[in-house]
Amino acid sequence: MSHPAKASEFLEDSAKSKWHDETLWFVRDKRDTISKSIPEWEQLRELASQIKDNVLSNLDSYLVEFEKKAKANNIHIHWAKDAEEHNQIVLSILQQHRCKAIVKSKSILTEECHLNPFLEENGVEVVDTDLGERIVQFLNQPPSHIVLPAIHLKKRDISEIFHEKLQTEKGNEDPTYLTHAARVHLREKFLGAKVAITGVNFGVAETGEFVVCTNEGNADMGVHLADVHIACMGIEKIIPRRKDLGVFLRLLARSATGQPITNYNSHFRSPAQGKQIHIVLLDNGRTTQLGREKFKNSLKCIRCGACMNTCPIYRRSGGYSYGSVVPGPIGSILSPGLDLKKHSSLPFASTLCGSCTDVCPVKINIHEQLYEWRQEITKDQGTNAKSISMKIANGIFAVPFAYKVSGAIMRGALKILPDSITYSGLNTWGKQRDLPETPKETFKEWYKKNRS
Amino acid sequence: MSSRDSILAKIKAIPTEKKPLPEIPDFELNINLKEAFIQSIKGNKGEVIDQAQLNEFLEINRFTKIIDLSKSFQDLGTLDLPQDAHDLADVEVAIIKGQFGVAENGAIWLTDENMGLRALPFITEHLVIVLDEKSLVDNMHAAYYKIGNQPSGFGLFLAGPSKTADIEQSLVIGAHGAKSLQVVLTNL
Ligand code: SF4
Repeated sequence: MSHPAKASEFLEDSAKSKWHDETLWFVRDKRDTISKSIPEWEQLRELASQIKDNVLSNLDSYLVEFEKKAKANNIHIHWAKDAEEHNQIVLSILQQHRCKAIVKSKSILTEECHLNPFLEENGVEVVDTDLGERIVQFLNQPPSHIVLPAIHLKKRDISEIFHEKLQTEKGNEDPTYLTHAARVHLREKFLGAKVAITGVNFGVAETGEFVVCTNEGNADMGVHLADVHIACMGIEKIIPRRKDLGVFLRLLARSATGQPITNYNSHFRSPAQGKQIHIVLLDNGRTTQLGREKFKNSLKCIRCGACMNTCPIYRRSGGYSYGSVVPGPIGSILSPGLDLKKHSSLPFASTLCGSCTDVCPVKINIHEQLYEWRQEITKDQGTNAKSISMKIANGIFAVPFAYKVSGAIMRGALKILPDSITYSGLNTWGKQRDLPETPKETFKEWYKKNRS
Repeated sequence: MSSRDSILAKIKAIPTEKKPLPEIPDFELNINLKEAFIQSIKGNKGEVIDQAQLNEFLEINRFTKIIDLSKSFQDLGTLDLPQDAHDLADVEVAIIKGQFGVAENGAIWLTDENMGLRALPFITEHLVIVLDEKSLVDNMHAAYYKIGNQPSGFGLFLAGPSKTADIEQSLVIGAHGAKSLQVVLTNL
């Protein structure tokens, strides 16, 4: 199903979709406030982008250095060219340790590899331990946001599923009550698991260590109680030096949730006595993306989710409308690289307003890459191009507002325009809402007057 | 060819213009470190207390399962550190020493040496970190400068108690790990 069709489904529950929109905007707002408290914010973004440029232009040597240092620290390194090999490696480690139940903290990469269903088919119980991920796992759903996995759900939904799975009181929707029920349930799982899987936020070539950031502490609860820690890491997660972490840790949580740092930032360098750490380095299309000059910058992404929170389309259409593991603006430039046919509607799920590019902590030119993908897709489909554009025109975002003004104007405007204008009737993403009062002057006039 | 070699070969084959690695300025902050640190900890839903308040906290709650690795005051512990981290499951309070704190975000640096068992600061119901006021640095750049090449199997920037907002974005403290963080600032 295309993005517009799925977005329509999401918009059917108008109260919920309005809540979704407003809540993510609130998170975006928190990000703005905290970023302004740091005078060097823009400089930090530039530094982060330059560090990542350097990484992408020397990726092979950094990977070799990382491997060497990590091995010297008694860490086992595995390389996987694709999802299948990745999953096989994980399974073989579990089999060596006769492990039938694992705990796993948030890792978008394992979602990308569809590790959970693979392990389950092979008789391994997988428990996702991030609260939001556990909730969606109970519901047999994937996460709908990379930082806020259950943002598409209301507490009523969560109360219902917890009543069924964890025998919480029927109708008790108190977030504290529900969270503590999950705490008790997951504690038992942590204490029982022999192997814990985590993702990786940063791998440091200089030291061979890797860093995992959480607020809940679930990654650490898992790995420090287990005998074996498997860290699944995309090859693009490398950074050169330990001190580069100073730049990235200042940017990550502020961009993600508007907090100054995540409460737990764990640096794994060597296993504790008697324990093991394995790192699985995954390619799965990353080297191909690196070879695409126009799109390789997408590999700089540190998965903060800011581009989703700010995106007028994401906020109004929900994560599932994208049908891709990473939704939102960044997903719409990553996924077409993996399967152009399947994801051909995604680069069109954008107003090209450029808000994503403005908030991205590593300065990925997201909206420009979306535009580039549109070009590629139209080229690729050749004579079919017309049918695509027809589909788009007939879809939910028939001639979006943004097409009527140039991208450059929109970029400036979105920063200063009140919601009532971006939500205007011209923009069909706002179609479920009451029409605001008609602006007294046209946008063009307003802009002319206010541009200075 | 192994997957390792084919991945590396694939990367090598991509023509790239080498981009330089930038130097990172220290972005010094002219702030009152102590005040900023206290504000940051509060923002992260922790608390900064003094030694008297710590004693009061332990007394009022009549905790009986306390592990004290801080060696800062008289030994407040009632339990020794076990061999196996699973035996930490019922610990009520862990008191450990932090190496230094970061004013801009409240993060406190800990390594294996401070934790005894890596699970301790997570699994304990309440966490108390004793921190020397003079150890505070302004931001994360200064923090990594201070860490330098320090080799530790496990290092942790801990900035607050375990928290989540995964249910309708309502903040709940005590998701999996410690339900509270109290920092005892000392000036010895
Ligand atoms: S593209 Fe940028 S803003 Fe979006 S998730 Fe990645 S780092 Fe964050």
